[in-house]
Amino acid sequence: MLREKITPDTTKKEIGQISEISDEKILDCLQCGKCTAGCPAIHGMDIMPHQVIRLLQLGQVDKLLASTTIWGCAACFTCLSRCPRKVDLSKIMEALRLIVLRTKGNQRLEIDKVPELLAKQIPQQAIVSGFRKYVK
Amino acid sequence: MNYSYYPGCTLKTKAQGLEACAFKSAQVLGVNLVEQEEWQCCGAVYPLAADEIGTKLASVRSLVAARTKGEKLVTLCAACHQVIKRVNHDMKTKEDMREKVNNYLQLKEDYQGESEVIHYLELLRDEVGFESLAKKVKVSLAGRKVAAYYGCLLLRPREIMDFDDPERPTILEKFLESLGASPVNYPYRTECCGGYLSIEREEVVEKMVNKIIDSALQQGAEEIVTACPLCKYNLENSSLCQKGEIVVSYFTELLAESLQVKEG
Repeated sequence: MLREKITPDTTKKEIGQISEISDEKILDCLQCGKCTAGCPAIHGMDIMPHQVIRLLQLGQVDKLLASTTIWGCAACFTCLSRCPRKVDLSKIMEALRLIVLRTKGNQRLEIDKVPELLAKQIPQQAIVSGFRKYVK
Repeated sequence: MNYSYYPGCTLKTKAQGLEACAFKSAQVLGVNLVEQEEWQCCGAVYPLAADEIGTKLASVRSLVAARTKGEKLVTLCAACHQVIKRVNHDMKTKEDMREKVNNYLQLKEDYQGESEVIHYLELLRDEVGFESLAKKVKVSLAGRKVAAYYGCLLLRPREIMDFDDPERPTILEKFLESLGASPVNYPYRTECCGGYLSIEREEVVEKMVNKIIDSALQQGAEEIVTACPLCKYNLENSSLCQKGEIVVSYFTELLAESLQVKEG
């Protein structure tokens, strides 16, 4: 059986960025899986929420940055409210999204899309949220 | 009693019903809500990144204005409530952010989270009281099976929002009882509707809202109430709602109806 040490790859600059942006401690997670069990948006994710932290613990950031999971998180805080170690996964997901969004050319919502959204009767609140969550 | 009131973007546009009914009802209940003069959009989602300060300033400005007037700050939209309450908590507890914000805003007196933010439902529960609300009801909603939908933003994170039990909340049910309605208990009332995912992941949201509505229907609900414009939109957009299985309204609409101030 393959054994891997739980030591974050500190040579990866993104690991440092994630702990700075999120202000969360990824080593606090003990992989109980309650976040995954309770996640209401799980069907839109290719990597399960508890695996997100596991991959970070192993320093494997690239898989996460390319995942659908980080864009499928609705920031509903159910995972945090059930976490026995009080790890705020929503903040880690946000940090992962921001690493993508703060890189030039990675914006996900264009201003031209607003009229189309308004035509769908979508509330302003959602459009404002969109510009906070998908554009930096 | 006077309160500072923070409306937010959606209450002036798509969700005018939520606000109009809240105002008319407040008058009857002897609550004077005064809209803040220069409020700015709160940004609709609390900026989760610890290194983002600029996106939290709009909330601080409203909090400072409430402090100046010496009034509690009342919110109505669940999203605004989450953003402003969490920013206030940051100003109270995060020294680093407090210092940066105060350095930037250059206020006469540093802001340290002194204002109190309450949601309209908390105003009804803690300031008006559900018992005295019940006495003012003109048209009882007796016989109406209403499912209270909480969503996420009012309840979580519990330590900061301090609103109700995040897994087993009762405030909306007690509110509905005070209007004479029969609240329906169903397991998915605190589950997320998908929120802003409706911008680019509609198919994910569709599954989430149908689960919630299906759960309410199974327990015999005939209508759903919520405090959030985006929850209402997502729930109404679900295939079950489109088929006319259930109607979704704001909790203030039922309040105004029972106080007989909804029309006109």
